[in-house]
Amino acid sequence: MTSMPAIEAENLVKHFGETVAVDGVSLSVPEGSVLGMLGPNGAGKTTTVRMMTTLTKPTSGTARVAGHDVLSDPAGVRRSMGLTGQAATVDELLTGRENLRLIGALYGLSSSYIKRATDDLLERFSLTDAGGRIVKTYSGGMRRRLDLAVSLIATPPVLFLDEPTTGLDPRSRVELWDVLRQLVRDGTTLLLTTQYLEEADQLADRIVVIDHGRVIAEGTPLELKDSSGAAALVVTVSHADDLAVAERMLRDHVSEVHVDAGARQLTAPANGLKDMTRIAGVFADSAIELDDLGLKRPSLDDVFLHLTGRRAEDADSADTNDNQTGELVP
Amino acid sequence: MTAQESLTRTARLERPEIHETGLLRQSMTIVRRNLIHIKRMPEMLMDVTIQPVMFVLLFAFVFGGSIAVPGTPGGYREWLLAGIMAQTIAFASFVVAVGLTADIDKGIVDRMRSLPINPAAVLVGRSISSLMHSSIGIVVMSLTGLLIGWRIRNGLADAVLAYLLLLMWGFAMIWIGILVGSAMRSVEAVNGLMFTTMFPITFLAATFAPTEAMTPWLRTIAEWNPISCLTQAVRELWGNTGPAPSDAALPMQYPVTSTIIWTIAITAVMAPLALRSFRKRTGG
Repeated sequence: MTSMPAIEAENLVKHFGETVAVDGVSLSVPEGSVLGMLGPNGAGKTTTVRMMTTLTKPTSGTARVAGHDVLSDPAGVRRSMGLTGQAATVDELLTGRENLRLIGALYGLSSSYIKRATDDLLERFSLTDAGGRIVKTYSGGMRRRLDLAVSLIATPPVLFLDEPTTGLDPRSRVELWDVLRQLVRDGTTLLLTTQYLEEADQLADRIVVIDHGRVIAEGTPLELKDSSGAAALVVTVSHADDLAVAERMLRDHVSEVHVDAGARQLTAPANGLKDMTRIAGVFADSAIELDDLGLKRPSLDDVFLHLTGRRAEDADSADTNDNQTGELVP
Repeated sequence: MTAQESLTRTARLERPEIHETGLLRQSMTIVRRNLIHIKRMPEMLMDVTIQPVMFVLLFAFVFGGSIAVPGTPGGYREWLLAGIMAQTIAFASFVVAVGLTADIDKGIVDRMRSLPINPAAVLVGRSISSLMHSSIGIVVMSLTGLLIGWRIRNGLADAVLAYLLLLMWGFAMIWIGILVGSAMRSVEAVNGLMFTTMFPITFLAATFAPTEAMTPWLRTIAEWNPISCLTQAVRELWGNTGPAPSDAALPMQYPVTSTIIWTIAITAVMAPLALRSFRKRTGG
């Protein structure tokens, strides 16, 4: 399992006219592991994946998938990998079953194998009942699952997923994560791009953070979160009148307090659970009534702020990330 | 799941043999998919069924009385049919363009290109299904023609040649469709462009009215329009009209040869442009 990396990128660069979309990305994914590629919209994630999957020709640099070079042996790359793009690229006018059969036939798989694999995949992705219906009638989550199933018809050893859960409701997202974990357990190497730290956290063995077409950080999820600084303690008081008193009480224990009067919230840096328990005790002994007290984990925005000194500039991704990863941990 | 279970699962995972299939088989797989589309959305065939039949009936009965076509045994209705056929097949380039744009837009082309197949299969498949699409139109119009008095008055060989010329014309149009389809960003843009260009081009010709009665400058343009020599060729081969008058433009004097030259020329110019545009659009 330790021999050759399943995916390897060497200084990939892509220019579109004057625009530099990818500016020297190198990475290596050991066989059977999961790499999360994290970054905001427009960071160059999709272009990098397109170069590694032979869809886009690199301006310079190269990549290898299962030992096949994207430049000298694109056919070998295509035989070894499956790709699920950002939008579900299934055929809306075909049934789920026909979609699987179409791609299986294009792979040149035997029809008896296609039949078996189709039944198996439909079942694995909870689509058996929907298999005979045209895809137009599918929900967003079902399309995503079918899209992934189609990518797996030839059981590729390497799988690229470009933002596989974008646009999915939380339940479908968790379901898809389960399916992906199963694939990895079955020995598939996975590279997935995401805007969500939580998703990378849930699935990836290692994460690369991409911004402006460059890898700006790399490590395990834990390393990354540690590097982005301590978590924050968030206290929400029940009555706005108590804000001033609460602030004074907090200042006795922490160096810095940020007050958001509108939200009746106080935010302070905290070193994990220890700080939180201590401060929870302080408030329990006081007469101040609290709505909430919690530890806010670093969001992608925080990781970004730490790594680049600025916020992830895409408002859209920043919003979603707050929802995704900025929740309070009780 | 324990490590032991995980190991057995990995061992059980079957990696099937991927067979190298040829361009033809891959293209036919894509043709089959395109035909399923038509089956699921029969209204896609409106442009080669209801629309041309409506054109035939409208022109034949509304203008038929007021347009004189000398030298045609069956009168205007018989003369008209080749014109409608040429127009319908020219419009088939719409079908290619719209289908291709939709496939690129929805990522279907990317999906195909990520597979170990010949990238040309996408285009070949689309071309073949488009020619089948046009052929349906030719059959429908021939039957409509027979109902309103159109007849093939010459021999079998001439009749077949006329149909072949129409198909060759359709083949040339496919490249225009591929060019437009890979250059445009949306299906709406394709429709807009095709309507504003193909409509005047197909009307400014000997399709629906004889060119002799047009003002001289307009007549010159119309007679050099490749659609004019195509319709002239088809009409002559089917015996629906006599030879073009001696003052007509050169291509009208030798319509069969001119049509062949035109279709080869259009293909020779458009095919490389179309392929370059398609590669640029999909290869980034």
